[in-house]
Amino acid sequence: MTVTTLPSLSLGPVLYLWDGPKWRDFYFRIADEAPIAHVFIGETVCSKRLHFIEPHVGEVVERLEQAGKSVSLSSLALVTLERESQLVRALARDSAHPVEANDLSALGLLAGKPHAIGPLINVYNGATARLLASRGATSICLPPELPMTSVREIVRDAPGVAFEIFAFGRVPLAISARCAHARSKGLVKDNCQFICGDDPDGLVVETLDRQPFLVLNGVQTVSHTCQALIQELPELADAGISRIRLSPQDCDMVSVARAFDDAIAGRSAPADAIARLQEAYPGTRLSNGFHYAQQGAAWIAGHAST
Amino acid sequence: MELICPAGTPAAFREAVDAGADAVYCGFRDETNARNFPGLNFSRDELKAAIAYARQHGAMTFVAINTFMRAGREKLWHEAVDDAVRLGADAVILADFGLMAYTAERYPDQRLHVSVQASAANADAVNFLVETFRAKRVVLPRILTIPDIARLAKQIRCEIEVFVFGGLCVMAEGRCSLSSYATGKSPNMNGICSPASHVRYREDGRELVSELGDYTINRFPAGEAAGYPTLCKGRFNVADERGYAFEDPVSLDVMDHVDLLREAGVSALKIEGRQRGKAYVAEVVSVMRRAVAANAAERPALISRLRLLSEGQRTTSGAYEKRWR
Repeated sequence: MTVTTLPSLSLGPVLYLWDGPKWRDFYFRIADEAPIAHVFIGETVCSKRLHFIEPHVGEVVERLEQAGKSVSLSSLALVTLERESQLVRALARDSAHPVEANDLSALGLLAGKPHAIGPLINVYNGATARLLASRGATSICLPPELPMTSVREIVRDAPGVAFEIFAFGRVPLAISARCAHARSKGLVKDNCQFICGDDPDGLVVETLDRQPFLVLNGVQTVSHTCQALIQELPELADAGISRIRLSPQDCDMVSVARAFDDAIAGRSAPADAIARLQEAYPGTRLSNGFHYAQQGAAWIAGHAST
Repeated sequence: MELICPAGTPAAFREAVDAGADAVYCGFRDETNARNFPGLNFSRDELKAAIAYARQHGAMTFVAINTFMRAGREKLWHEAVDDAVRLGADAVILADFGLMAYTAERYPDQRLHVSVQASAANADAVNFLVETFRAKRVVLPRILTIPDIARLAKQIRCEIEVFVFGGLCVMAEGRCSLSSYATGKSPNMNGICSPASHVRYREDGRELVSELGDYTINRFPAGEAAGYPTLCKGRFNVADERGYAFEDPVSLDVMDHVDLLREAGVSALKIEGRQRGKAYVAEVVSVMRRAVAANAAERPALISRLRLLSEGQRTTSGAYEKRWR
């Protein structure tokens, strides 16, 4: 019988625009209460938002590290302006913490240094994972749309890399030069008045038949459903996944982390874990379709690993 | 500037060459290319004949192998590169790092172009691909303004190709899973977006409803022309406002800015439309050929002719102009 090392929990960067104190207090509580080992922080969606969190980064990092958590800094997902390029260069050059690359510029700049690969970098096969590892990547959060069949192949094909799975949160589906969030409120990106800050859990896009479908988060579009790979944890551990990523929503993330922690350790049954997620994030619809190579919005009930 | 023209069929390929394309791009009939539509694309023999035809007429052939290799099925993508090289492709257009590494190692002399699907949007990204895989050209994502492109051109060591006419992605290319969220079929993995297999139209009272998977993408009142339910060009409700949340059903047309693109350092202009028929390709390529060569006084007449060919006859210059954001 093979002994599988249980995966640890990681927390992805907050994708939404939260004001500075809310952002800081969120991480203070994570530091004090959540059974999370790795924390990725930083603004990844829109460079215009950076000044909201900048004053608090130092104290947040300190508090998280004092609590024994490893901290990495996440880079911007979309880099088009000179100012944005300079930010990524400075981060890659000066960061005292490992950096998570979320676009190709960071990939290039981080070559030769240990770094992490974020879920928005296209790693669809072992060859790509091995190439990134040869350049210094030590962990890779795989793209959320990957089915389990691909996950297994990639992990098998790239030994030595710590693979991470996007297991909880609204799934980042697209990013654009255009800000649909600002547009929805009659504004444009260049004069947006930080209107996305009004929607700390995103702004719902419904179909014309009033079916919730997508959620706007500034220039990013995320799923309306909340990905929840929790009944799949044994299968993921068995495949050699090292980390389970939780993506912050405006809900009780400490309870979410505890539900995952208990499920990983086998202290709670899948149905119980799912009920706890629903309690921690009321009103949400869960999905896991990507994992089963179906539409991402689907919820496949029942036990995995069959 | 080179004119890079689409071909989804051998007939469209010949029309594009005859109409004056400097290069024609096409793909194999499988999931290795980002226009994996039923009834389109090339067998190995068809590609061989197409390359020979292009050579006779002084045109180049670029082969798009620009989806991401499915783990465990890499052979399909490797063989696509092997065969494109063997058959004499003037360039292969790639998006996947693993496939770029394979190509650069196996075929160091093969000209490698970076697909728009790779999402290389800034100088550090492009230089990473040039240094790592010896890429000779980058097709830029449709998220940059013309001044952004001009600035980029000064900082990179490869040629720039940009889309100027045809379909328009609203989202950064190669980074969009909207279609797979709704249908399970993804541009990155399956080479398909908003697939026809998941499209339905139904009547509801006096409205025609277009659906993709389980979702209503648009409702057309009587008298309004119904379009194809491309997900990002649908009508939705956002905070009780009904409208095109991401983009109207428009297509891209940047021909008004050809001189600015040339001054910005762009080497090649690309026409989208491998899913289009041969008559469309012939007409667009021949008018574009003349429009690129025309002086400022002659160009507007040619451009208005092009506009008549556009999807829904409404066009946008998209991200190339800052106000689009």
